[in-house]
Amino acid sequence: MKFTEEHEWLRPDDDLIVVGITEHATTQLGDIVFVELPTVGSTVAKDDEVVVIESVKAASDILAPIDGEIVEVNDVVADDPELVNRDPLGEGWFFKIRASDPSQIDDYMDEAAYKALVD
Amino acid sequence: MTGDGLNQTPLNDLHRELGARMVAFAGYEMPLQYAAGVMQEHLHTRTAAGLFDVSHMGQIILRGTDPAATATALEALMPMDLVSLAVGRQRYGFFTNAAGGIEDDLMVANRGDHLFLVVNAARKAEDVARLRSGLPAGVAVEVLEDRALLALQGPSAEAVLAALAPEVARMLFMDVTTVTLAGVECWVSRSGYTGEDGFEISVPGAAAEALARALLTDDAVAPIGLGARDSLRLEAGLCLYGQDIDAGTSPVEAGLTWAIQRARRAGGARAGGFPGADRILRELADGADRRRVGLAPEGRAPMRAGVDLFEGAEGGDAIGSVTSGGFGPSLGAPVAMGYVPAGMARTGTTLMGELRGTRRPVQVAALPFIPANFKR
Repeated sequence: MKFTEEHEWLRPDDDLIVVGITEHATTQLGDIVFVELPTVGSTVAKDDEVVVIESVKAASDILAPIDGEIVEVNDVVADDPELVNRDPLGEGWFFKIRASDPSQIDDYMDEAAYKALVD
Repeated sequence: MTGDGLNQTPLNDLHRELGARMVAFAGYEMPLQYAAGVMQEHLHTRTAAGLFDVSHMGQIILRGTDPAATATALEALMPMDLVSLAVGRQRYGFFTNAAGGIEDDLMVANRGDHLFLVVNAARKAEDVARLRSGLPAGVAVEVLEDRALLALQGPSAEAVLAALAPEVARMLFMDVTTVTLAGVECWVSRSGYTGEDGFEISVPGAAAEALARALLTDDAVAPIGLGARDSLRLEAGLCLYGQDIDAGTSPVEAGLTWAIQRARRAGGARAGGFPGADRILRELADGADRRRVGLAPEGRAPMRAGVDLFEGAEGGDAIGSVTSGGFGPSLGAPVAMGYVPAGMARTGTTLMGELRGTRRPVQVAALPFIPANFKR
């Protein structure tokens, strides 16, 4: 599992990469009330705005951490946005992406480095 | 004062002890939320009781030799009937300017030998200047810097406060009185900013923490931050000064005509005689060109302050904008308020709000979103 400075996590899942946000991010955002997910089949570039999250406080954009194709989105969080608060690293994932260049994820932090960042 | 120039309320240490996330608001360091979070705090207030620190608000006493003359003098600054405000009663009102705009909204209480005003924190200095220049020399304007203000709101508020002072159970909405709470003389009104029954308690600053702790010992009471205060007042359809109303908004545009009593309207015993009377009386008769309305966005995406409103799905200029918006935890849906042309203000009208470049439908909705739960 890898982590970005934008508080996203990336978990390899067979030939795909699952993306979500960290518990630190959900704590900062507060109660999440709306999640807008990307279109399945869309091609995204690193740093594209792919997910919109609205919490009780503000709107935030989630950026694509890598280049690739969105192959699956988690519709459950669109219907139940608080799931992201309850289980950010598990059931509260956002999308699965097929990386154009899987080595892009190597640049991101491992768990120890991420913990050092947020602690 | 903190290192960054912010004022602190007498409850600052308690907020930190309770795990509050503190933010700067109107020059004060205030709790945005506690560990429970905005959603839980909001729902708790609607189902039990929430304790709010609103000590940033301005507390002002007006005292003249003749209380009736003081009320008459204040009527020159506000389009409210203050002469008929009985001892032990409070009234919502606003200061207006020569253009008929709202300079601040406030509560005025008749406490017998004086009037007690509670004004917005961000407008305190302007309000005091307005009072000092606009009232006769015989009326003393005393700004109370040494008092805190607590709000206890929600369906359990009466039972909680009555456990400390049984007589508060007899108070009705907008009654004011003096009671002893936790051994200290407090000025209590039955009012608030959540749409729920509840009380606002002016307490000497030095005694505020002890009183807050006494209230928090009751299992029904949880501390509530500014985040939930905002969502509660939004669901209740209540204006936030500087956002939903300001110096360029008239009371008729804002839908606050209910606060202008008959005595100050055309044909009333003391008609006009307040700043901006020409415009306000004209708009009372003819209506205003734009109106504040409730807005219910379709779907789950909140439309926040600043979102532009359009008549159709494509083209055209913005016809208005959202002034307050967010998610309404009690409704489980986004809620907003904004200004639209009078011809589009009818409940049920579908407009479009532009979110991130995409127009989404939003319905004009009746205010309040949640019925008020006052003890009348």
